[in-house]
Amino acid sequence: MNADEKISVAHLSVAFRRGAGYVPVVQGINFNIRAGETLALVGESGSGKSVTSLAVMKLLAQAPKTRIEGSAVVADSSGRAIDLVAMSEQQMRHVRGNRVAMIFQEPLTSLNPVHRVGDQIAEAIRFHDHLSKAQARARALALLEQVGIPEPAQRMQSFPHELSGGMRQRVMIAIALAMEPDVLIADEPTTALDVTVQAQILDLLRNLQKKNGMAILFITHNFGVVAEIADRVMVMYAGRIVEQGSVAQVLSAPRMPYTQGLLAAVPRFEHAGLGQGDLGTIPGFVPDPAAPPAGCAFHPRCAFSIAGRCDSQAPALEEVEHGHQLRCLRWQELTASVECAQGGA
Amino acid sequence: MPQYILNRLGQSAVVLVLVSLIGFIVLNLAPGGPMSQFALNPGMSQAELDRIAEQMGLKRPLMVQYFEWFTRLFIGDWGHSFRDGRPVLSVIAGHLPATLLLMGTATVLSVIVGTWVGVLGAVRRYSVFDTLATVGAMVALSIPTFWFGLVAIFLFSLHLGWLPAGNMYTIGDRSLGDYATHLILPVAVLALVNVAIWSRYMRSATLDVIDQDFVRTARAKGLPYRRVLTHHVIRNALLPMITLAGLQIPTILGGALVTETVFTWPGMGRLFLDSLGYSDYPVIMGILMFSAILVLLGNLLADLLVGVADPRVRLG
Amino acid sequence: MSTVATYPSFSGRLAWFSNPTLARFMRHKLAVLGVVMITLLVLACVFGPYLLHYTDLSIDIRNRFSPPLTGNHYLGTDALGRDTAARLLNAGRISLTVGFFAMLISTLIGTLIGVVAGYYRGWIGAALMRFVDAFLSFPSVFLVLVLAAFIKPSPTMITLIIAVTSWMEISRIVEAEIRSLRERDFTLAARMVGASHRWIMFRELVPNAIGPIIVAATLTIANAILLEAYISFLGYGIQPPLPSWGNMLNAAQQYLGNAPWLAIIPGLAITLAVTSFNFIGDGLRDALDGRSDLK
Repeated sequence: MNADEKISVAHLSVAFRRGAGYVPVVQGINFNIRAGETLALVGESGSGKSVTSLAVMKLLAQAPKTRIEGSAVVADSSGRAIDLVAMSEQQMRHVRGNRVAMIFQEPLTSLNPVHRVGDQIAEAIRFHDHLSKAQARARALALLEQVGIPEPAQRMQSFPHELSGGMRQRVMIAIALAMEPDVLIADEPTTALDVTVQAQILDLLRNLQKKNGMAILFITHNFGVVAEIADRVMVMYAGRIVEQGSVAQVLSAPRMPYTQGLLAAVPRFEHAGLGQGDLGTIPGFVPDPAAPPAGCAFHPRCAFSIAGRCDSQAPALEEVEHGHQLRCLRWQELTASVECAQGGA
Repeated sequence: MPQYILNRLGQSAVVLVLVSLIGFIVLNLAPGGPMSQFALNPGMSQAELDRIAEQMGLKRPLMVQYFEWFTRLFIGDWGHSFRDGRPVLSVIAGHLPATLLLMGTATVLSVIVGTWVGVLGAVRRYSVFDTLATVGAMVALSIPTFWFGLVAIFLFSLHLGWLPAGNMYTIGDRSLGDYATHLILPVAVLALVNVAIWSRYMRSATLDVIDQDFVRTARAKGLPYRRVLTHHVIRNALLPMITLAGLQIPTILGGALVTETVFTWPGMGRLFLDSLGYSDYPVIMGILMFSAILVLLGNLLADLLVGVADPRVRLG
Repeated sequence: MSTVATYPSFSGRLAWFSNPTLARFMRHKLAVLGVVMITLLVLACVFGPYLLHYTDLSIDIRNRFSPPLTGNHYLGTDALGRDTAARLLNAGRISLTVGFFAMLISTLIGTLIGVVAGYYRGWIGAALMRFVDAFLSFPSVFLVLVLAAFIKPSPTMITLIIAVTSWMEISRIVEAEIRSLRERDFTLAARMVGASHRWIMFRELVPNAIGPIIVAATLTIANAILLEAYISFLGYGIQPPLPSWGNMLNAAQQYLGNAPWLAIIPGLAITLAVTSFNFIGDGLRDALDGRSDLK
């Protein structure tokens, strides 16, 4: 692991037990995130992006119900490299919420309805730092202020249902930041929020990241959010990375047909009302991990798939330019035709 | 909060009126109705009976009679025992402590054991323990309480001679230890069914909570497993159990009556059966109404407690 | 030619018993065990008495208090020298019949009140449900005993008394079910084509709520058997010489020390019957609720 890499995940695979065997849900994921960097993990629901994040946190059901392989290396409080995959539940407890923290999609259901938000933040601190209740509460108050909650002293006493969605997500962020983690995993943190609130939360995350230099793994299916917050993007399909690169590389020149499809599905402001035709959508569904299609996992839904090739040969992740990798058998032909079409226009 | 309490109080008032109505109907089903004391006396002529009925106001319309019965119920004038002429309420009050002791001990025991069994079953779903607890609870619910009492007496009193077969104390002893040894068998018998019920509901309440997002948040915070279980899982799983505890009062009260009869425990259940034997209708009706009102108040209390324990209800 | 066409198609109302439901039920081992046990018990009670050497009333005065397996008294004899096996099977006829009919009547009352309360909501529904609450406030054991003491007990009366005090749970279940069903599309559709309230309630809604009703009914039999046993045990239920499992225990109580089998055997019969119905109810709940597969 490089010195400025806060997390380094290698060959991460996850399989769920179903009946007698195991069904692979995530296969051979590699990534690392540097201090102050944000990596977006994009894909449809069912693509395995949430499972990847929960596997890193070891929040999935334990073995033998799930099988996790590979490694996820972070630094512990004294700077030593530790592999989360190899850790016991007991050891993992000191990492969670401390070195690696997580925020979730539904801030309402993610907060305990019967405890005051101040106590829920203080609880996270007390069990890592062994502070007194009063000290932990003082820290919680400071955190509420830091995440931009007005009148934090009063809000300490509030119950989750008394807060707005945006405020609840700020509380979740306060809980996650309580121990100044090296890595923050954000699993669709803005999906359940209004667009204006969404922008505020993204701003907040960016500012906090600037201050404490944490690495963020940002999971989303929204490319608008990706453009807003991420430095690099990883597109996931059927448990595998199918394309990755910088935001500029992937968003402005997607090479993998799946990424192109996802991007075409994003409504764009500049196209509004111009009669550009239907929003692009990808036909079909994410394949069942228990019965994946032969060859390229995306071929049944791909407009460019060729019988006899895409349905028999599994593509490998190839580097197409510096830092930009993708998994497609036909990327060279497709690139040529796109350039051709653009040249002719 | 006041709105919630007012609604609930209003509801209880309506139910109380209906309870009194049912009581009044039951009373009139008794042989001789409210005059049963005289109707059973063979030495009385029909003319005398008519005169008494007139005096007691039984010739008035039923509506008027009901209102009078309700008023007397309300002001605590519940009539006098046929047996010894004492006021019904004071007769009941004399037997209440024994019942409360039995019920209270059994309930506390059931809640503790039932919560533990239910949570453990939910956490280790489909484990050997869970399967045994599930099957065991269903069998426990199917054993007639009174028969289980008889078997327990046969085994532990008559056969092994470890524990007394009945009563609340030994005459001439009445020490704390004496009370305790007399409590063991009836409490165990009464608790069996209640542990079964409570553990079943606790298991499903825990399963409802255990997969919720906030439990995952608690784990993501790095809390110790015990803390996640107590402060997040169990704390929330107990909320629906408060209402349930209220709804279980009639079952526990009924169970206490059954247990008291087998163990000759000098409580309300025993009094009830003795009164049935003596056709002491005022006391019978008194206990019936008293237990219904107790259940009503218990339910009300449970719902108000939910308001205290669940901030969403409290402020909603 | 084609054999497929000759099979009747199960659809609509009968969908509850379509194959996946039956398959789920058959997977529930305890429920299957319950069905087997109840079937054996019913067969034994119906035909058993004809196979024994004694009737339930014949007195074998020289063999009083025989323990089980004395001569032809397979389960021993009681204080009067009557054959316990014969009495047990005859008592089973009474106890199971009382339980069954009490269930039938209370299911009828409970469904009727639940449907009306759930369908009309408003003040009619509220009033009916408060009425249910009022009934539930009386511990059923108390109410049953008072009624049994006030009214001259006969098997029919006992059945009615138990039914009158055990319909409330079913009402609650049905009311909740109907309340959610009436918001569904098919109810709206029925109203749109001008179906009468009665038609919608009993032809559209009740058939769709039949699953929970069946489950509750099964559990009601179990409770009815327990209630009958209890009041008969106390002497307010089925009156001797007519045997019931409960009044056999009444007689046995005083001989607990020297003839414990007299108490143990009828109690086991009650437990067996009630456990079986509870197992069946549990299996039906799992089988009729497709969601339980996910849990």
